[in-house]
Amino acid sequence: MFENLTDKLQRVFKNLRGQGKLTQEHVDGALAGIREALLEGDVNVGVADELLAHIREKALGSEVLLQLSPDQQIIKIVRDELALLLGKHAKPLFASRPPSVWLIVGLQGSGKTTTTGKLAKWLAAHGHRPLVVSTDVYRPAAREQLIQVAKAIGVVCWPGAGTDKPLEIARGAIREAKLSAHDVILVDTAGRLHIDDTLMEELSTLKRELTPAEILFVADAMIGQDAVRSAGEFHRRLGLTGVVLTKLDGDARGGAALSIGKVTGAPVKFVGTGEKYDALDAFYPDRIVSRVLGMGDVLSLIERAEHTVDAKQAAELERKLRRSEFTLEDFRDQLRQIRKMGPMEQVLGMLPKIGPLANIPKDVQVDESRLQRIEAIINSMTTSERNDHGLIDGKRRKRIARGSGTSVQEVNQVLKQYLQMRQMMKQYGSLAAKGRLKGLGKLTGAS
Amino acid sequence: MFPIFKKSEGSLLDRLKQSVSKTRSQIAAKVEDLVSGEKKISPELLTRLENALLAADIGPKTTHQILEAVRQKLERHALNNAADLKAELRSQILYVLRTVPAAPNGSSGATQEPRPHVIFVVGVNGTGKTTTIGKLAHRLRQDGRSVVLAAGDTFRAAAIEQLAVWAARTGAEIIKTKSGGDPAAVVYDALFAACARKADVVIVDTAGRLHTKSNLMAELDKMKRTAARIVPGAPHDILLVMDATTGQNGLSQAREFMATAGVTGIVLTKLDGTAKGGIVVAITRELGLPVQYVGTGEAMEDLVPFDAETFVSSLFD
Repeated sequence: MFENLTDKLQRVFKNLRGQGKLTQEHVDGALAGIREALLEGDVNVGVADELLAHIREKALGSEVLLQLSPDQQIIKIVRDELALLLGKHAKPLFASRPPSVWLIVGLQGSGKTTTTGKLAKWLAAHGHRPLVVSTDVYRPAAREQLIQVAKAIGVVCWPGAGTDKPLEIARGAIREAKLSAHDVILVDTAGRLHIDDTLMEELSTLKRELTPAEILFVADAMIGQDAVRSAGEFHRRLGLTGVVLTKLDGDARGGAALSIGKVTGAPVKFVGTGEKYDALDAFYPDRIVSRVLGMGDVLSLIERAEHTVDAKQAAELERKLRRSEFTLEDFRDQLRQIRKMGPMEQVLGMLPKIGPLANIPKDVQVDESRLQRIEAIINSMTTSERNDHGLIDGKRRKRIARGSGTSVQEVNQVLKQYLQMRQMMKQYGSLAAKGRLKGLGKLTGAS
Repeated sequence: MFPIFKKSEGSLLDRLKQSVSKTRSQIAAKVEDLVSGEKKISPELLTRLENALLAADIGPKTTHQILEAVRQKLERHALNNAADLKAELRSQILYVLRTVPAAPNGSSGATQEPRPHVIFVVGVNGTGKTTTIGKLAHRLRQDGRSVVLAAGDTFRAAAIEQLAVWAARTGAEIIKTKSGGDPAAVVYDALFAACARKADVVIVDTAGRLHTKSNLMAELDKMKRTAARIVPGAPHDILLVMDATTGQNGLSQAREFMATAGVTGIVLTKLDGTAKGGIVVAITRELGLPVQYVGTGEAMEDLVPFDAETFVSSLFD
C-alpha cells in the first residue's frame, strides 16, 4: 500500500548514506525529497509542511550530536513524527451497558456498507452478537445491499420495513437488539457530502438519540487533498471516535491516513484490505510508520500467518523438520496455508523491502493458478508416493501428469521445487532448533 | 463520443459553474485572495500559489511543470503583476487540458452511427458508476433514444437492484442475471436483445474493481471480446468513472484502465463537494486521456459535458 512512498524515502536515505554528520544541506535535501514523497502519497500539503518543519527543527537541533549515521538520524526523526501523528493503537469502544451502538459514517462510495459487513464478521469472530441495520433511505437498493451482505456473512440484519425515517429504523433495531440479546448494533448510514447541511444534521440527530459508543468515519485510501476538509467537517459535527481506511489492497499510498489523523485526532482502528468480508485488519500505527520508512509490515504479516497456520500442524511440522521428514504431503499443506493467508501479492507487499527481500520487484505478479496446478499435481499422487517421493519413476510421472491435466515437465518441476524446499527446510530446521526465526520462519520456509 | 447532448449546453454549463462554485469558494477564492491582495510578484506569492495547486490534487509533478513555465515567463519579464500571473496560470492549465482532442458532443458520428452504440462504464469501487449510468440513460431518453442497460455488476450485493431502480426511473430496459452470474453472459444477452429490438444505445455496468487486480481486469477484457462478437466495433466508448476526491492514485487508475480496458474518456464525479478533481489535469498531461463528463449531484440531471474553460474558471475566477 505505501510502497511508492517507501521507495522514495529509501532513495532519499540512500543518498544520505556514507555521510559523516548531518549538515543543513543534507537535511534540506532530504526534506525536499520527503516532501515530494508525502505529496505524491496524498498527504495534505498543509499537514506535510507542518510535519517537515518539525522534522527540520529536530534534525538541526540538539539531536545532531547523537552518534547516529545521518540516515539513521533522519529515519528516526521522521518515524517519530509520523508515529506521533497517527497516535497509538486504539481498541474499539463498547458501551458500559450493552447494546453498544456503532455509527458508520462517510462520503459516498467510501465503502460503508461493505465495512459494516466486515465489522459484523469481525465482531462475531470475537465473541459478540452483532445486529446490522441500514439507515440509507436515499440510494437505490442500499438497504437491500446490507440485507444481502448480512446474509452472506451470516449475521442478523434489521430490515426496518415500514418506515423510511433513519431514526425510526435505528430505534427499531435497538429494540430488536434488546429483545434478542445482540450486544452491538452497527448502524450503516447513507453516504453524504460534508457540506450537505441537511444530511449532516440528520447524523447529528442520530448521534444525539442513539448515543453511539463508536462513530467510525469510513475513508477511501485513494482520497487526496480534500480528506482534511471532509474528515474535519465530519469530526467537527459528530466527534469521530475512529477511522476505517478502506481499499488498501490497491496501490494507493494512503497518505490520507496521516491527514485525517492530523485534523481529527481520531485513530485509525481498522483497515480494509480486500473484497472478501474477512479482509479487515486491525491498524497498528507503528507498523504502518515502519512500512512507510521501509521496514515493512512484518508484524502484521506474522499475525496473519499465526491466525492461518494451525498451531498443531505447525508443531507437527517442526517435529518433522528436525527429523528431516518433510514429505510432499507437508509440501501441499504448506501451499494450502499460504493460499489461505490471502492473495500472494498482498502477502509479498507486507514484507520489508530490505535485506534479502530488497530485490523482489514491487509489482510482482504471482500467478495463483500456478499454485493450483501444483496442488493438483500433488493431489494426483498416491499416498505412498506423497510420503516417499523416491517411488515416483517415469511411468508414475506420466500417470500423475495425466491425472492432474498437466505435463510430465510440470510434474518434474514440482518435484524439483519440493526437493529445493526440503533442503531449505532442513537449514531452517536447524535454525529453529536454535530458537531463531520464530513465526517468520514458517513463512520464509514455505515461500 | 456518442451524441448524447444534442441541444445547446449553455444552461448545463451554468449548472456546472453553480455546482463547482462551492468548490470555488474554497481553493479558487484562495487563489483569488492570494493575487488580489498584492500587486507585485513575490517568491512567497509563488509558494502560496504552488500550495494552492497542490491542494487541488493537481500533484507535485504537474504543479512543478506548470510553475516552471510561469517562472520562465517571469524571468523574461513577461509578467508584470499578480493579475498577469493569475492569467498565465490559468492559460497554462487550459493548455494542458486542451492538448487532447475535446470530446465531440453532439456533432460527430452523424454519418455512420453504429447501432446499437455500446458504452462500457468502468472504474474502481465506489466512484459512482451505477449513478452515472442512470444519468446517462436519462439524457439519452430525454433525447428520445431507446436504451438498454446491462447489469454487468454481478459481484456487489444489490448492484443489480440498484441499476433496476435507475432503469425504471429513466424508462430504459434492463438485462440482468442472477447475482454472482457471468458478466460476459450479461453483455451477450444485452447486446443480443438490443439488436433484436433495434435499440439505439446499450450501457454496460461493470463491477467496481481495483486496477491492480489482474484477474478482475482480465474479466473486463472478456466482456469486451463478447461485445465485439455481437456488435462489430463494440464497445464504442469505454468510460472511466473517477471520483473527484481521488488523489494521486488517479494516475495509476487511469494508466491501468487505459492499458487493459482501453478506456476512451473520463467521467469526473462528485464535483459538488469541496474536492476539485485536479488529478484530471495530471492525467490529461501524462496520459492524454480526456475528461468527457462531469457529475455534479445525485439527481438524474446532474451530468454535464466537460468544458475545460468552465473547469479552470471555476478554479480561478
